[in-house]
Amino acid sequence: MFDLKDLYQEIIVDHNRSPRNFRKMEDADIKAEGYNPLCGDKLTVYLKLDGDVITDVSFEGEGCAISVASASLMTEELIGKTVEEAEKIFGTFHELVTDRDSPIELDKVGKLGALAGVREFPARVKCATLCWHTLNTALHDQDGKEHATVSTE
Amino acid sequence: MNAVTKLIDTKTAAKWRKDFPILDQTIDGKDLVYLDNAATTQKPACVIETLSRYYSEINANIHRGVHTLSQRATDEYEGTRESVRRFINAGNSSEIIFVRGTTEAINLVANAWGASELKSGDEILITEMEHHSNIVPWQMICEKTGASLKVVPIDDNGDLLIDEYKKLINEKTRLVGVVHVSNALGTVNPVKEIIDIAHAHGALVLIDGAQAVAHMPVDVCDLDCDFYAFSGHKLYGPTGIGVLYGKEALLEKMPPWQGGGDMIRMVTFDRTEYNDLPWKFEAGTPNIADTIGLTSAIEYIEGIGFDAIKAHEDNLLAYAIETLSSVPGFRVIGTAKEKASVLSFVIEGIHPHDLGTILDTEGIAIRTGHHCAMPVMNRFGVPATARASFALYNTAEEVDTLKAGLMKTMEVMGV
Ligand SMILES: Cc1ncc(COP(=O)(O)O)c(C=O)c1O
Repeated sequence: MFDLKDLYQEIIVDHNRSPRNFRKMEDADIKAEGYNPLCGDKLTVYLKLDGDVITDVSFEGEGCAISVASASLMTEELIGKTVEEAEKIFGTFHELVTDRDSPIELDKVGKLGALAGVREFPARVKCATLCWHTLNTALHDQDGKEHATVSTE
Repeated sequence: MNAVTKLIDTKTAAKWRKDFPILDQTIDGKDLVYLDNAATTQKPACVIETLSRYYSEINANIHRGVHTLSQRATDEYEGTRESVRRFINAGNSSEIIFVRGTTEAINLVANAWGASELKSGDEILITEMEHHSNIVPWQMICEKTGASLKVVPIDDNGDLLIDEYKKLINEKTRLVGVVHVSNALGTVNPVKEIIDIAHAHGALVLIDGAQAVAHMPVDVCDLDCDFYAFSGHKLYGPTGIGVLYGKEALLEKMPPWQGGGDMIRMVTFDRTEYNDLPWKFEAGTPNIADTIGLTSAIEYIEGIGFDAIKAHEDNLLAYAIETLSSVPGFRVIGTAKEKASVLSFVIEGIHPHDLGTILDTEGIAIRTGHHCAMPVMNRFGVPATARASFALYNTAEEVDTLKAGLMKTMEVMGV
């Protein structure tokens, strides 16, 4: 197990420098904007759905390394999952970064485990969860509006 | 060693440093380097001892007991008013109102003065570099009264555009609210000139002195400002105590803001007669302990003197700018002609929050974010900055540690 105090794992630095699925999606089924006024982090999450299955996810925006890497890792994790599965992963991830005493089961969280160190830095939890809250808004506030804004503050 | 370092008297700073017990600690095994003084300063032992002595020897409510402890508490509480009067050279101690801090002082003026004086068509003029606490109370009172809020812009260095100020001020301007020293940029504003111009147009002036009082002498009579606000906790004093200075004639005319005990002379169900200044504005049991603690902070500063403090801090700021400029991608935000104690910066390719977190693991405390001045961030096109801010106990070695921390951050972040 890595040292949790080492927040900036190689994988985080890498995803910050070259974020995956970092693009605007012109033909998205849903998009949502997330904003963290405390940090000035801003991002937009785009989703394409085929029935219940997330067929594509992308994001764009700007923020600190933790929020960019978290969004990048999230997109990789979600492609091909059902909405229900995505919600479950969010729950597990949330516990991973907020609950200092929860076990870190790398087989369950996969690459997202790289963000476990965030639990040692309560001030940075909002950075790591911004993309997930934004995704959540996209999935739930889509009735009638194709555009929603969430704020982690 | 370069020219600036030589000017920094490390021995004296090291002696002052010993007065602050909190500084002698390690964070995760690293010596604490506290460079977040614009957020709040640390407290010297004399202030901590005063607080402890108050609770272990004096504690009683003030202005309302005939017993000995109440008299002692009252004497010390009112004694602080005199210390503050002397500290900012006010004419009369009745012009010193105790509040929670700068924020409450400004809200008091906006509500007590603004609500009774402002009407539709009137204008309040502030600047683009104000702290949210000198923006929001005015927005709120403008909303209520129909007055409008105007903003004087700043230039790319963070200097106020005085020519624009002269264009914006007019006979409709009722009050000019301006920060003495900007917490986000370090700019020292030419407040005397600003006040003269405002008075020539019949407008009052409120100065937000939160970032000034710990770093330079302030003389409210010489400035001729109408209101001056500051917080004790940025002045080596306790949290929860601040000061509103107001010219007596203005305060006399202003209605009270809050009602309750202490601010009255006589109450019946038909009618209430308000107390005299300054108590008219101090309803309820005030923050007695921290007010008394403020006296110790003021005496501590007066014991050292602003000549020595200012010389030391100016040298530190110059040394920091010179030293950190060699860090690749380093850019200062706020390069005004006159600056005090605040160094806001960004590093190309690294978000300030990542910087703040990594520096913290090195024991270095700086502030990152928008510094409660979102309009300033917008003006400079950055989401946030990193800010190192200095106090009398900081040293050139700490600046060197900061530089090493920045280099380490770049390594971690692969920049
Ligand atoms: C320039 C300025 N004005 C006002 C304030 C508000 O002071 P307080 O939070 O003590 O009321 C601050 C403190 O952050 C400040 O730096």
